[in-house]
Amino acid sequence: MSADTIQRYSTQERLNHWVVAICFILLAASGLALFHPAFFFLNNLLGGGTWARILHPFIGVVMFVSFLGLMARLRADNRITAADRQWMRQYRDVLANREDRLPEVGRFNGGQKYLFWLMAALLLLLLVSGVLVWQPWFAPYFPVWAVRLAAVVHAVSAFLLIAGLIVHIYAALWVKGSVRAMTRGTVSAPWVQKHHPAWLRQIKGGNK
Amino acid sequence: MPLQSLDITRRSATTTPSPGERQTMEVAKLIDVSKCIGCKACQVACMEWNDTRDEIGTNTGVYDNPRDLTEASWTVMRYSEVELEPNRLEWLIRKDGCMHCADPGCLKACPAPGAIVQYGNGIVDFHEENCIGCGYCISGCPFDIPRISKKDGKVYKCTLCSDRVAVGLEPACIKTCPTGALVFGSKEDMVRHANERIADLNQRGYRNAGLYDPPGVGGTHVMYVLQHADKPEIYHGLPKDPHISPLVSLWKGVAKPIASLGLGVMALVGFFHYVTVGPNEVEESGEE
Repeated sequence: MSADTIQRYSTQERLNHWVVAICFILLAASGLALFHPAFFFLNNLLGGGTWARILHPFIGVVMFVSFLGLMARLRADNRITAADRQWMRQYRDVLANREDRLPEVGRFNGGQKYLFWLMAALLLLLLVSGVLVWQPWFAPYFPVWAVRLAAVVHAVSAFLLIAGLIVHIYAALWVKGSVRAMTRGTVSAPWVQKHHPAWLRQIKGGNK
Repeated sequence: MPLQSLDITRRSATTTPSPGERQTMEVAKLIDVSKCIGCKACQVACMEWNDTRDEIGTNTGVYDNPRDLTEASWTVMRYSEVELEPNRLEWLIRKDGCMHCADPGCLKACPAPGAIVQYGNGIVDFHEENCIGCGYCISGCPFDIPRISKKDGKVYKCTLCSDRVAVGLEPACIKTCPTGALVFGSKEDMVRHANERIADLNQRGYRNAGLYDPPGVGGTHVMYVLQHADKPEIYHGLPKDPHISPLVSLWKGVAKPIASLGLGVMALVGFFHYVTVGPNEVEESGEE
């Protein structure tokens, strides 16, 4: 590792992230397929409508459990501070690439932190509502009003989650170097200086 | 599961029009509860014509047998003992099964294209070859009718013998009913016949006799003549004002296009942000 290469995500963190990500892609595709007929063809990704119906809930459980792993690994670095709230309020500067005007960012910025907690909350809602509509194992044991409510909660949570992850994926493509951080684990020191200066100080301080 | 594709007027999870050139007469089954003796011949005829055999259940101390609708029992008799006036027991026997709603909640909820269809004659039919087994139709149904098979994960219910009706025969249950409690014909004729029956019941002292053709689901293609039409709940919980649940309408109505459009717009906003504001890069020469 060269002097100005910094380890951003460990191998475990990257593996964990990609397990969650792959689950998300499969779940979003099969979930949208059952939501609107315009997306029904996406079921073919999982081998057709019936297979998608069978597999979707199991993949959902895998996603939830693996997200718990991410929670354990990244929770501490995602604590929301006053600086993060300020960062969120200055979203115009964020979108216009004016990072010099933003409060100093640690390992994660306000957007990343809020998305992290939003995902945690939505995944919990999706798990609970998902169990209620899970055929043929669980749904028959719940009253029909609960299954109907769960279907709506599931759809709304999934919509918010997909919307949040569109932002997440776009941000990764927009902020160059992010994809490398999550695929290979490393970033350059200037990258950290630009996007996460407080974190850079923290690791440098820690090393000395 | 006949392939009367010319007669399909509504198809689940389909956003384009169905064939509409052919006009067919609306049909209806009329169940006159006041004439039913609870013999269950209709249950037997249903099993026989459709070649379904339910598992032999256990006696639960009541006449209802099988105890509930199942994937193999598409119609069951419901026996209710009620005393509307003291010391005047009435044994109300209602043949339960799919009501073939004009506005079917099952079809609205179904996400699989063509798994649920409605024919021009009003019959709502499941096409099991397209069914994916998600059970959304069960949440969509205001009458708690569809049942998922443990064997194959498909959903089943009364077809109103769409295969027989398509070739000009009456449904099997109608053919077998020994008392004339079940009649079948055009919906118009059935309403007329029901009104005659109601007039007769009124004369016999059933002042609240009436037709059950609930407008909340656009009317049904299976209708009841009830002695006490003001209290349908006493007939083993027949809903008084059935309608598609507002939750189902929200989920499979407005939410669908709005949410889909919303996600599409978000992806586009991202793309246009990239081509206008541009990526956020570390400048090569910018380091020290």
